[in-house]
Amino acid sequence: MPTPMRYIDEYRDPGLARKLLDEIRRKATRRWTIMEICGGQTHSILRNGLDQLLPESIELVHGPGCPVCVTPLESIERALAIAAREEVIFTSFGDMLRVPGNAKDLFMVRSTGGDVRIVFSPLDALQIARDNPSKEVVFFAVGFETTAPANAMAVWQAAREGRENFSVLVSQVMVPPAMRTILSSPGNRVQGFLAAGHVCAVMGYEEYEPVAREFHVPIVPTGFEPVDLLAGILKTVELLEEGRAEVVNRYGRVVSREGNPVAREIMAKVFEVIDRPWRGIGMIPDSGLGLREAFARFDAEKKFHVSNICARESPLCMSGSVLQGMLKPDGCPAFAKECTPAHPLGATMVSSEGACAAYYNYHTTVS
Amino acid sequence: MCLAIPGKLIELTTENGLKMGIIDVNGSKTRACLEYVPDIKVGQYTIVHAGFALKIIDEEEAAESLKLWQELIESGAFQPDDELPLPGSV
Amino acid sequence: MTIAPTCPTPIMQHETVQMAHGAGGRLSQVLMQRVFMPHLSNAFLDLLDDQAKLDLPSGRTAFTTDTYVVSPVFFPGGNIGELAVNGTVNDLAVGGARPLYLSAGFVLEEGLLLAELETIVRSMAEAARRAGVMIVTGDTKVVGKGQCDKIFINTSGIGVIREGVNLSCRNLKAGDSIILSGTVGDHGMAIMTSREGLSFQSRITSDCAALNGMIASMLDEQPCAIHAMRDPTRGGVAATLNELASSSSVGIEITEKTIPVKPDVRGACELLGIDPLHVANEGKLVVAVAADNAREALDLIRSFDLGRDAVIIGSVVDDHPGMVVMRTLYGSRRIIDLPLGEQLPRIC
Repeated sequence: MPTPMRYIDEYRDPGLARKLLDEIRRKATRRWTIMEICGGQTHSILRNGLDQLLPESIELVHGPGCPVCVTPLESIERALAIAAREEVIFTSFGDMLRVPGNAKDLFMVRSTGGDVRIVFSPLDALQIARDNPSKEVVFFAVGFETTAPANAMAVWQAAREGRENFSVLVSQVMVPPAMRTILSSPGNRVQGFLAAGHVCAVMGYEEYEPVAREFHVPIVPTGFEPVDLLAGILKTVELLEEGRAEVVNRYGRVVSREGNPVAREIMAKVFEVIDRPWRGIGMIPDSGLGLREAFARFDAEKKFHVSNICARESPLCMSGSVLQGMLKPDGCPAFAKECTPAHPLGATMVSSEGACAAYYNYHTTVS
Repeated sequence: MCLAIPGKLIELTTENGLKMGIIDVNGSKTRACLEYVPDIKVGQYTIVHAGFALKIIDEEEAAESLKLWQELIESGAFQPDDELPLPGSV
Repeated sequence: MTIAPTCPTPIMQHETVQMAHGAGGRLSQVLMQRVFMPHLSNAFLDLLDDQAKLDLPSGRTAFTTDTYVVSPVFFPGGNIGELAVNGTVNDLAVGGARPLYLSAGFVLEEGLLLAELETIVRSMAEAARRAGVMIVTGDTKVVGKGQCDKIFINTSGIGVIREGVNLSCRNLKAGDSIILSGTVGDHGMAIMTSREGLSFQSRITSDCAALNGMIASMLDEQPCAIHAMRDPTRGGVAATLNELASSSSVGIEITEKTIPVKPDVRGACELLGIDPLHVANEGKLVVAVAADNAREALDLIRSFDLGRDAVIIGSVVDDHPGMVVMRTLYGSRRIIDLPLGEQLPRIC
């Protein structure tokens, strides 16, 4: 028996998972619709088949918390345009390389001569800029609040070093405004939320308290392992059954009410809140982060004059409804027909944590 | 949306003026920026996302909640050896 | 008065590969004599003919080819040279053949250090010796700087299949047990974590090894019970199982908790968001064996160092032909699909 992986394997314990499932079955007296915001949680739920094990009364709908999925098409097109330039080394997390623009993705840019490189950390992109002073190094700064501190630090550090050949193409988004959009939508079915544990690691859960009050929904921050997810679902069901619209933390080892103030401070120094379009959903006011004026020289959109690039989505793609929990991926007419991971119409089919791709990869219904 | 994995800080370093460290994740060692966890000490666990340590893991809290869950198991009539009903057609 | 023109003599000693090393002239000979022959010399190669003339033992002949491109060229646990020998040896062996002869074709990038080339050639010679095969013919070309990544190697191989052995990925039958000879993902994660730009400090070791010795023993013991073998290289165990299921039009069911993964490989996979079942192996075997003989086959595999972690991971079923389904730790089931392409580290 190999040594358990600490803080992971305890939370993958099948016995504990079964007990929690049992408790959920016992506690749920009626149908409840719960949204897990985070695509990483969707991935874990489907990968472990937790959706198959939950009682029928609990319906999980998959939320928009996947940066790959919600990065707007025009940002992708701008990335492709910048990456194709001769003087540019374009760096990105591996996630973004297969996201299709209108006609191509970053892999295709690489195959036609673009210098596109995968990095694990934004600081690795900055290192590439140090190593290649004659090149323009651009980092595709996508992500939610979890990734914002990392992206902010790369810019902060570049400014400190006076590194002029480094810039970032920013597509940063935030969870609470998206939750409000979903809850305000006339077609909303979501009654309770699992909040994304790693977003809350940075932001804390204080900012969810007004959302819970205003829309009368319970919100439970939780982690990504099966036991974490099931404990989160159990708590959400308990709150729903008791009619309590509260925020209750189920990821105490990582999440506190105030989050990580040091990380938030650098984020706030580098970024400001802006309106941001979400792929499939549209413009959500105050839902994004953009570089502050003081860091404008690191803005790749300005540096390469790509702000004017616009793009239009495939009319067949219904990812907007999927991202808002109104449609299950396999309810889309194009699902697994015109749209597959090899030929995705929308980003939800690209990202391994996109709801459509997760359904395609893990779903067990065999036709 | 955000893959963040727990690992143990085994070494403190500095790079380009930034506080960095080596994190051991089950025997794999990766570099991470520690600027956001300034109080971290060697031997503590942290979660790592995109090359950044985001939070020191609260070991006491973790032990406490696991204990609670364990009690839940022991209190119930549930038989751990029970097979769960198999999901629908495969 | 006589004029005696004295031209400077061309440099014949180099530290790096020059275009002229591949031009067929004097420098090509230097490369051959200094780098290749000292390590690879044998009765066939020493003749320096354009072809090797071989007498093959009786039986059906197996013939295979594969081209090796890997970055970095040197990785923990091996290099491109031994990968090229072991890979082709394994491709022959999993078909039930005894590997005998290999060819080696090299594409060298101008500027490659001759010392590095020599290390690669030396490990090819050692790998061939260990696997009991001979490299009997070869070729070298040099391309300009930037036109290849240091070195590409093609190896082709010939082996002979013994009487009574009939291994094919179309032979799986419902009820067969599926044996995996050891931990998954070692090679792919060794490569990925040794690439630059991924912040890794670890040395995950590749499992690169020749499997023909172990396979020969298995075929000696149970020539009829073994229905198919594959080495799960690119695409990992997931791709191999899918190929087997689809070629034989059967379903395969595996159990998550049986899949062995080394701790550090698992750690790296968790960190990068990669499924170890999708990661390449270079010294592992997936075997479909009649259920009645599975225990015996497993014990035999485990008696080899290369197979000490072998496990039965699942079985062949009549249901869902062409599909691989895994029973998770929690009792649910999910489809194990073919990986889409290159494994990418992800943050989400």
